[in-house]
Amino acid sequence: MAIWLTENSKIIVQGITGSEGSKHTRRMLKAGAKVVGGTNPRKAGTKVDFDGVELPVFATVAEAMAATGADVTVIFVPPAGTKAAVKEAIDAEIPLAVVITEGVPVHDSTEFWAYAIAKGAKTRIIGPNCPGIASPGASNAGIIPADITSKGRIGLVSKSGTLTYQLMYELRDIGFSTAVGIGGDPVIGTTHIDALEAFQADPETEAIVMIGEIGGDAEERAAAYIEQHVTKPVVAYVAGFTAPEGKTMGHAGAIVSGSAGTAQAKKEALEKVGVRVGKTPSETARLMREVMRSRTA
Amino acid sequence: MDLFEHQAKELFAEYGIPVPRGIVAHTVEEARAAAAELTGRVVVKAQVKTGGRGKAGGVKLAADAADAQQKATEILGMDIKGHTVHKVLVEEASAIAEEYYFSFLLDRANRTFLAICSAAGGMEIEEVAHTAPEKVAQIPVSPLTGVDRARGREIAQAGGLPEAALDGAADIIEKLWAVFVDEDATLVEVNPMILTADGQVKALDGKVTLDDNATFRQPEHESYADKAAEDPLEARAKEKDLNYVKLDGSVGIIGNGAGLVMSTLDVVAYAGEEFGGQRPANFLDIGGGASAEVMANGLEIVLSDPSVKSVFVNVFGGITACDAVANGIVSAFKLLSDRGEAVTHPLVVRLDGNNATLGRQILSDAGLPRVELVDTMDEAAKRAAELAAVGA
Repeated sequence: MAIWLTENSKIIVQGITGSEGSKHTRRMLKAGAKVVGGTNPRKAGTKVDFDGVELPVFATVAEAMAATGADVTVIFVPPAGTKAAVKEAIDAEIPLAVVITEGVPVHDSTEFWAYAIAKGAKTRIIGPNCPGIASPGASNAGIIPADITSKGRIGLVSKSGTLTYQLMYELRDIGFSTAVGIGGDPVIGTTHIDALEAFQADPETEAIVMIGEIGGDAEERAAAYIEQHVTKPVVAYVAGFTAPEGKTMGHAGAIVSGSAGTAQAKKEALEKVGVRVGKTPSETARLMREVMRSRTA
Repeated sequence: MDLFEHQAKELFAEYGIPVPRGIVAHTVEEARAAAAELTGRVVVKAQVKTGGRGKAGGVKLAADAADAQQKATEILGMDIKGHTVHKVLVEEASAIAEEYYFSFLLDRANRTFLAICSAAGGMEIEEVAHTAPEKVAQIPVSPLTGVDRARGREIAQAGGLPEAALDGAADIIEKLWAVFVDEDATLVEVNPMILTADGQVKALDGKVTLDDNATFRQPEHESYADKAAEDPLEARAKEKDLNYVKLDGSVGIIGNGAGLVMSTLDVVAYAGEEFGGQRPANFLDIGGGASAEVMANGLEIVLSDPSVKSVFVNVFGGITACDAVANGIVSAFKLLSDRGEAVTHPLVVRLDGNNATLGRQILSDAGLPRVELVDTMDEAAKRAAELAAVGA
């Protein structure tokens, strides 16, 4: 078992005919994911060829689900259309919507989040501004490179894409059950806490890597959650100790405001509840290696 | 992006929110003229994008035009928390009966919007929220339902505003909600919102933060950019669509992915402790793709920073494998030398991830001058800091 995304997941791509959408559909298929179609209202009824795999294009998520049994959508539509795309996915009650798009206005994310809750929270949203979710050896929904790691026993949740890849790569011999990139925007769907809860419940996951960065208080809240609910070992990394106050560091949500959202505060909150926090990504990988060694010994 | 007070108030005025009459002045002469035009007592207010102006002496009452000129002389050029005052807002003085606090903001933690209202307005709202939280109403606002006048009145009531101020406050709150939504703001704050001696409610101050992600549908927001205060390198990087932040160290940083670059800054700062406190000179994220042209543009910006003594290129080859990244670096060197800006600083490159071996091979075969390949991020950071210390 992995979390949220398994070998049986049937994936559609919203924006499958766009340049990013088609590029990554091809990569997902190559990684062994069951991509079963996509949507683009203007090209409904056509088919798109991906190196010999013909995928149908539907007008709406609901139609795509009815025709293919899809239970996951990956959204690549540009920022101006993202809110509508996510609301469409919510209306169709698809169980998982992965929003890759970067640069979504925060009013739009806040609105589609409220909309999801109002509609009974039937759709899990991951992102926006995230690399997606990968269960190595089983499936891949998003843009996480499939060939940098292997299937294994570590669960990973991260605000950052490339740091996710870095850790997946450094720990490729131990491997991962699922890696979830939750995104670096100020308002996101799935949180560190959601992933921690799912990894705690997943029998295949033995230990958890959590990657955070400056901005907000998600890591502090995750620390409080870990103290109460997580018995599996957690190793963490936090980026942005040298970030100056008031400057956005690449991710829209990565900003220290006054004394709030600093890396130091996050590290201290995590260490206070017994989470080992690596000083660098490599040290974080070493800490996880020690954890796994002590478990098998 | 944060707005200056005068920009926030101009925006408020467009939405029909009552604000005092005011004129922006960049010189003491302009301040004098502004005060003369407004007649009577005026307030001269430093225009800086930071709080605590009043405490710092950046807000002064003036009796007449001559006094306004004197007060502007004191305020213009002042440093308030690292912000130099380049302009003042000269505003008609208001007869303040009471001061309230109001804001709409994004509540990240709860993924919703929040209205904050208090009858205890003025300078120390954080203090009030801390010591007497019951005096500060914090009311979640759903983006699906928003705020109309009736809801605005409820919020003002919850904040403890007196009956006399409720209608005026409700009107302002409804209009501030329109500003918040229609302008894609993440914060609109009025502190103080005042009740005047003659019973009017006005926005006496204004703070607005706009969402940079919304620029595509808010083209007019571009005009709010404070070009004068922008770091020249950041401005150039922005023109080239690069995600660049100028920092104060000597090790230039180029990497792919915001998290990895933030992490690189930290690792360089740790490594730099061994070498006389070398620190990162910048944040530069060239994105997951790491194309040759973006690499060349990035290198050009980083190398044109005079404080840079060495450069650390830290790339994880994921979506774009390391051989493509290496070819990108080679092309970038060629592009730069074609532009007459050959690379003369030492460059430490760490490539990891897909096809890392091949990528390193391509770089060493290219025989680029002053390029060193180091296998791990930690070691590469150490070497870049060492080279910066030597070059410093």
